[in-house]
Amino acid sequence: MGMTMTQKILAAHAGLDKVEAGQLINANLDIVLGNDITTPVAINEFKKAGFTSVFDRDRVAIVLDHFVPNKDIKAAEQSKTCREFSCSHCISHFYDVGKMGIEHALLPEQGVVTAGDCIIGADSHTCTYGALGAFSTGVGSTDMAAGMATGMAWFKVPSAIKIHLTGKLPSNCSGKDVILTIIGMIGVDGALYKSMEFTGEGAHGLSMDDRLCICNMAIEAGAKNGIFPVDDVTMAYLKGRSEREGVVFEADADAEYERTIEIDLSQIVPTVACPHLPENTHPASELHGIKVDQVVIGSCTNGRMEDMEAAYTILKGKKIADGLRCIIIPGTMQILRACVERGWYTAFIDAGAVVSTPTCGPCLGGYMGILAAGEKCLATTNRNFVGRMGHVESEVYLASPHTAAATALTGYITEYKEGE
Amino acid sequence: MNTKGKVFKYPDNVDTDVIIPARYLNTPDAKELALHCMEDIDTEFVGKVQAGDVMVAGWNFGCGSSREHAPLVIKTCGTGCVIAKSFARIFYRNAINIGLPILECEAAAEEIQADDIVEVNFDTGIITDITTGKRYQAQPFPPFIQTIIQCGGLLNSLKEGENHG
Repeated sequence: MGMTMTQKILAAHAGLDKVEAGQLINANLDIVLGNDITTPVAINEFKKAGFTSVFDRDRVAIVLDHFVPNKDIKAAEQSKTCREFSCSHCISHFYDVGKMGIEHALLPEQGVVTAGDCIIGADSHTCTYGALGAFSTGVGSTDMAAGMATGMAWFKVPSAIKIHLTGKLPSNCSGKDVILTIIGMIGVDGALYKSMEFTGEGAHGLSMDDRLCICNMAIEAGAKNGIFPVDDVTMAYLKGRSEREGVVFEADADAEYERTIEIDLSQIVPTVACPHLPENTHPASELHGIKVDQVVIGSCTNGRMEDMEAAYTILKGKKIADGLRCIIIPGTMQILRACVERGWYTAFIDAGAVVSTPTCGPCLGGYMGILAAGEKCLATTNRNFVGRMGHVESEVYLASPHTAAATALTGYITEYKEGE
Repeated sequence: MNTKGKVFKYPDNVDTDVIIPARYLNTPDAKELALHCMEDIDTEFVGKVQAGDVMVAGWNFGCGSSREHAPLVIKTCGTGCVIAKSFARIFYRNAINIGLPILECEAAAEEIQADDIVEVNFDTGIITDITTGKRYQAQPFPPFIQTIIQCGGLLNSLKEGENHG
C-alpha cells in the first residue's frame, strides 16, 4: 500500500522509507512558529527545562500578531518577553510591529515556509501552509519549546480523507465557501486526527489565496493538516519568494484514504456558518432577514490580497449601511501598503469602513471590534464559538469576503450577486 | 496513579474559547488564568471545583485554538482528570505535554452524571462511578505517552534523553 502526500513528507523528515497511519515517529522540523500569546508560555517552558540555545536561529519564527500594537500593559509585557528572547537568540524571523503581519498570511508571503516542509506552530491555524504542499500543523507551547530546542517533534502518522475537487467556482464564491461547505458536510470533528488531502482538476483551478484559506480552516473540521498538491500555481507563487528550495512530494497512486469526498466547485453557493459552530452552515440566500451590527473582513483566513480586492470591488463608490460598523484588516504590511497604493484604502474609508493595521484582534475577541451582549457580527474569520468575539450573548456568523462586503452595504446577511 | 472526586458534566464540542476566553490571554500566569476557567459556559465551576474532581464531556472536547492555557487552567483548578467521548487533537497533545490526565471512554462519558463521585485509575484505565457502582474500561495511555507522563511532561522527557534520539 502506498503513502499519502502527508505520509511521504513525514517519512522523509523522520529518515524513513515508509510510514503508515498510526505509527509514532520523531520528525525533523523545517520551521517552528509561535506568536505573542503562545511564545511566552513556550519561553517559560524552554527555560524551566534548562535549554540555553535554539536548534537553528533561522528555523524559528516568532510573530507578534494577536494583541499588537499592544492592547494593554499585560500584552505589552508578553511582546517584550518575545522581543527579548528573539534578540538574545538572534532569531532571524522575528516580526515586530511595522514588519509583522498575521502569522499565517505573513510566513507564506515572506517565503519563510515552502513546499515539502515539515512545520509546527503554536497556533492552531498553522495548518494554512498545506496550501504550499507542506506538512504543517498546530501544536501547543510545550511542543513549540521542545521544537525550538531540538528541531524535532513526535507525531502519530495520520490517516487521510481525500477531497476530490472538480469544476470551477462561481464568481461570487471563494475558497471560504468551499471549506465552510465541507465543514458543514463532515462536522467539526469530521476529520479528527486526519489529513485532508485536496486533489483533482478543481484543486488546480484554485488560486493560492483560495488554497491558503481552505487549508487554514482544516482545523475547524478537527484535521491534523490540510494539503494541496504542488502544481504550476504553487511554483509561480514560490518563485522569487521562497528562501529555501521547495521539495515536491506526490501521493502514491495506491495511497490509502479512509474516505473520498467529491465536491463539484460549480455547485458551491455563498455559505454562512451560523452561531455557535463552524459546522452550522446554511446558504447565505436563506439567511436574508438576519440583521447584523458589525462586519469584519480580515484574519488569517481572509486577510489576503484577493480578499481585499473582493471587498474593494463590492464597496467602492457605495456606503456601508446605517447603524453597521465595518472593520477591514489587511493581513500583512505588504497587503496594507498595496491597498494604499491602489486607492482601495481610500475607497474603504469613503464607504464608511474603518481600516486597521494587521492584527488578529477581533477574531479571538482580543480587541479592535469586541461585541456587546446581543450584538451580531458577520466576519470572514474562522470561529464562531460562544463568546469568541466578545460578550457570551453576542453572535458570530462566518462567511466569505464577498458575502461580508455585500452584508456591510445592506445591514442584513446578503448574498453577493455580480452587477448588483 | 489515580484520582477521585465529584463530576462536572459538559456537552459535545467544548472549545478552548470557553475553557479559557482569549480576552484573558494577556498573561501566561496559570493561577491568574485559572480564575476564569469555563466561565463562559459554567460560572460556578471555579468556585465549586475541588482537588481531584473529574470533568466528563461529550465528543471533540477542547476543539479550536491551540492555546496550552486550556489544559493548564483545568489542571491548575485542581481537576484530576477529564473523561470525554473524544478529544480535539491539539488539546489531547497539550494535555499530555503538561501532565493533565485525560481518558477517552464513550460509555463512561454518556452514562456518568453531574455530581456523581468517580474514581479513575490511570494505570489500568478503569473508571468507577462510585455513586452508581458502574465500572468502565478506557484505553490506558500507550507506553510512548506513559513515558512522557512519568517524566513529568515532554520537556523533562527530552532532557532525560528517553524520548529523543
